[in-house]
Amino acid sequence: MTGATLDAKRAAATSEPVITDEVVAEHGLSPDEWEQILEIMGRTPTIAELGIFSAMWSEHCGYKNSRPLLQTLPTESPDVVQGPGENAGVIDVGGGWGVAFKIESHNHPSAVEPYQGAATGSGGILRDVFTMGARPIAIFDSLRFGSLESARARYLLDGVVRGVGDYGNCVGIPTVGGETVFDPAYEKNPLVNVMCIGVLPLERLIRGEAKGVGNPVMAVGARTGRDGIHGATFASEELDEEGADSRPQVQVGDPFTEKLLLEASLELIERDLLIGIQDMGAAGLTSSGAEMAARSGSGIDIDVALLPVREEGMTPYEMLLSESQERMLLVAKPEHEGAVREVLERWDLQAATIGHVTDDGMFRVRLDGEIVAEIPVRPLVDDCPTYVREGVEDPEVTARRDQDLDEYASFASDEAVQAALETLLDAPTIASRRWIYEQYDTSVQTNTLVGPGSDAAVLRLPDGERALAACTDGNGRYTYLDPRTGGRIAVAEAARNVACSGARPVAVTNCLNFGSPIRPEVYHQLSGAVAGMGEACAALGTPVTGGNVSLYNETGGRPVYPTPVIGMVGVLEDLEKRVPSAFVAEGDEVWIVGRTRDEIGGSEYLAACHDLVAGAPPELDLDEAAALVRFLVAAADASVLRSAHDASDGGLSIALVESAICAGDGPLGLDVDLDAAPRSDVSAAALWFGESQSRVVVSCVPQDAASLAALAETHGVPIARVGAVGASGGTCRLSGAGHAVEAATTDLRSIYETALPRRMREQAGLTA
Amino acid sequence: MKFGIVRFPGSNCDTDAFRAVTDGLGEEAVFLWHKSHDLEDADVVILPGGFSYGDHLRAGAIARFSPIMREVIAFARAGGPTLGICNGFQILCEAHLLPGALVRNDSLRFRCREVGLRVENASTLFTNAYREGELVRIPIAHAGGQYVADDATLDALEAEGRVVFRYVDVDGRPTAEANPNGSANNIAGIVSAEGNVLGMMPHPERVALEVLGRTDGLGVFTSVARAVTEGNERAVDQGNEPALDRRPEPGAAAGVGS
Amino acid sequence: MTDTYSVDIRITPREGILDPQGETISRALGNLGYEGIRSVRAGRLVRIELEAESSDDAASAVGRMCEELIANPTIEDYVVRVREGVSG
Repeated sequence: MTGATLDAKRAAATSEPVITDEVVAEHGLSPDEWEQILEIMGRTPTIAELGIFSAMWSEHCGYKNSRPLLQTLPTESPDVVQGPGENAGVIDVGGGWGVAFKIESHNHPSAVEPYQGAATGSGGILRDVFTMGARPIAIFDSLRFGSLESARARYLLDGVVRGVGDYGNCVGIPTVGGETVFDPAYEKNPLVNVMCIGVLPLERLIRGEAKGVGNPVMAVGARTGRDGIHGATFASEELDEEGADSRPQVQVGDPFTEKLLLEASLELIERDLLIGIQDMGAAGLTSSGAEMAARSGSGIDIDVALLPVREEGMTPYEMLLSESQERMLLVAKPEHEGAVREVLERWDLQAATIGHVTDDGMFRVRLDGEIVAEIPVRPLVDDCPTYVREGVEDPEVTARRDQDLDEYASFASDEAVQAALETLLDAPTIASRRWIYEQYDTSVQTNTLVGPGSDAAVLRLPDGERALAACTDGNGRYTYLDPRTGGRIAVAEAARNVACSGARPVAVTNCLNFGSPIRPEVYHQLSGAVAGMGEACAALGTPVTGGNVSLYNETGGRPVYPTPVIGMVGVLEDLEKRVPSAFVAEGDEVWIVGRTRDEIGGSEYLAACHDLVAGAPPELDLDEAAALVRFLVAAADASVLRSAHDASDGGLSIALVESAICAGDGPLGLDVDLDAAPRSDVSAAALWFGESQSRVVVSCVPQDAASLAALAETHGVPIARVGAVGASGGTCRLSGAGHAVEAATTDLRSIYETALPRRMREQAGLTA
Repeated sequence: MKFGIVRFPGSNCDTDAFRAVTDGLGEEAVFLWHKSHDLEDADVVILPGGFSYGDHLRAGAIARFSPIMREVIAFARAGGPTLGICNGFQILCEAHLLPGALVRNDSLRFRCREVGLRVENASTLFTNAYREGELVRIPIAHAGGQYVADDATLDALEAEGRVVFRYVDVDGRPTAEANPNGSANNIAGIVSAEGNVLGMMPHPERVALEVLGRTDGLGVFTSVARAVTEGNERAVDQGNEPALDRRPEPGAAAGVGS
Repeated sequence: MTDTYSVDIRITPREGILDPQGETISRALGNLGYEGIRSVRAGRLVRIELEAESSDDAASAVGRMCEELIANPTIEDYVVRVREGVSG
């Protein structure tokens, strides 16, 4: 059959819309890309084929603006079993066990419908992990919202937290960590990144592959509706002012079905009934089918008339691009097709064989036997055009970074220092997240050794001896002011947080949340941040195993802060040696590790106390960062640490006060002299609230002080004793740079704990 | 002895209960599939926590009609020790094995935290390993854990010593602040009139392993294991079939206090 | 002169939007042996009594409440029905 007659038959069968330049543009394809498609196809594509290209060549699936940058990241180490390109990355944690993990964004859907957007985001990332054969054991959520003074931001926070919570709670995966940052830069475009971590026996690792000619391709799980048609393209476009026109694309999450799908999938994998399995995520059947075939160098032939649907009259275009949730595509071992059906039926799940694997390298789609789309897999998946653009720094950023900060570097009185301290404790970005994490089930599965509210969560591994530590980190303000430093810090801070718990940082997953890469100033941010991340990953020995890129995060022409979010996973060889973040007992010595420099640029102090985003973010020396991590791991292993808490937002004084007021058995007092900390010649503001990197507040019993100091010297890490932990319910006394502050630990704790609930109570009850 | 742990679609604390029984208590456990009609000779039946059927319609409303519930109800009515945790408690109420109902938390939010509980009656099948008035800390994790019942039912529960666990503050007082969900009389767990069915919202299985640092919840499992073993031994001594029907001592109730 | 009106709002998942609750009930009814069920959609009923100048005013006021708070127009449809003028 010639191309022309095929075209005619298709047009008759599906009442084809005519493909005009406008239709091509609406599909987010440039004239050049369209030319390339014509060349690949050798004819005018059908509307279904256009839809397929549009989805696969979107930023979300094709990484067209980010791939050249991402290729510079280190991806290998002896620990890495599966790097980027699969549903999730996998590392070897020893004893035959692997850990699969990945982070993904659901920013745009959450801006339109926060509850469902966050819920379906959680669902998608869980499926990415359990399709590797891993049982999900933890969820982390990394969130960014506008200022809580805005009703919109409160509405979004409420909806997103309910969405993340209801989904993970129902499926039975504890949400044990993450971060929540508030800044007007995210007012209309919140960031909702969710990381999932799972464990698997390494011999059970399975990939998204479609091998073996004739093997059955099955669609499993929920039926297909018109949900989220073109979500992948949607995620790659700027939100319009209202976001309202995007409403038909909203997908609804069904965690109950997800739970059934999770159990059924793991059973199928455990019984070795499958060749490959993949989530039908963004771009649904199209991306799962094409990607599975591409990984195996095979082809796939499916008939969408066999796909179980929820609505009548769906076209092949809609069925191919639907993003209905809780669906999977799997390739069964032919002799086990019956057993696969049996397992799925037992879990009350739909299963339909919709086609088979071929060896002709084509992604072929039929409707009742008639071919409606036929595209060579290789160019569809691998030849997505990529762009290397010219980046230019926004002059406004240069001006802000160069701004003189002298007037903010000192304090008029002790009262001014105390006021700044209390303002920071009350700042939503620093204050207690209890209001959020108490809405999450944090202890289901009984693996949680250290839950939310610490630098990193610690979970026991199935061997009963070792533990996993993990966290997410990112600082959009730093990255805005200096992309490369911001990228470095995101990785280094994550590694430091994991190391504070005593674990060795092993590998990362990343989520890049940026504006439109077409803007030179945004591309400058993207390329700089990725370069910084790569340098830090290499220096810390923590390669990237996967992740997600979310571009076009802007509304009304204003991009969000460039926000690379790092999910870091580490291993603790002996779970008994885990180190808590907060102080443990009165009389323990308080030490500060790492050097304080004269830095207040980009700090939360400037933002919260002076409403100012300016200055250069703190310097990140890679050797220092790596040495600190090695020291922390060694000190935990030597059991000389009672607590370790990273100094980040709000600097040393906030880290010290948090260590005191968050003590497990109730707030403790504190008596410290900041002048004693290792430091250069620094201003008062830098000493109290500066955010110099690679610093940690630790405590130890007095008998261990000498060993602690000796260990620091061995690792070339500056350390100094600054004071001691005070009595339960006692006083926090801090002094330094000629100032002194004294407050009841219970009062400080009350400020810290009430900051979020106080702001959220202002909001009327909203429907979820 | 053997614990049977029912797996409903959407159960998600089934494995935790299994580990508490096997790793924490050192006894045997089996999973019981919701579509089965066989309790597999279990001495104790546990309805675990989770979101059976997605909590749709009402929490526990659909699970209550699962095939296995016919056998569970018969087992419980014959005096078999039956423990419902969280969603399991909700199912027991829907199945009328326990009085009252569990409705949305008064905060209208899911809430997960460790709460203080006072053991109000230490002479039940499920609490004999605790001391009367003992304070324990056990996590809750639920959106619908507010216990409600009419006044007559509440009066009867209190009078008969059937309120087994009550939410209390660090000093053991059942204050409004210590009540995480608005439950009537700060009720966290109750037993049936015959004493062989316990429903509780907090999760004892989550604090039953040494490796997690605390074992405040292990007593629930130790208690029922001890009761079953002693019951069986006594039955053997008397040459009878094991009898499981054990009633709490009358008059062992603690006051309401709130 | 205002009257008191009783207004019913019937909220259902929007046409085409997945209804997990309906799907689950449908599945459970099948497991219980009920046959011939084609679909189940589950919604909720909200009844509001309010003062208004007229039945039309009551309906339009409730319509605004639905748009802002009671329904979620992104994923839900609603029908407003003024039942009666309760008193004068």
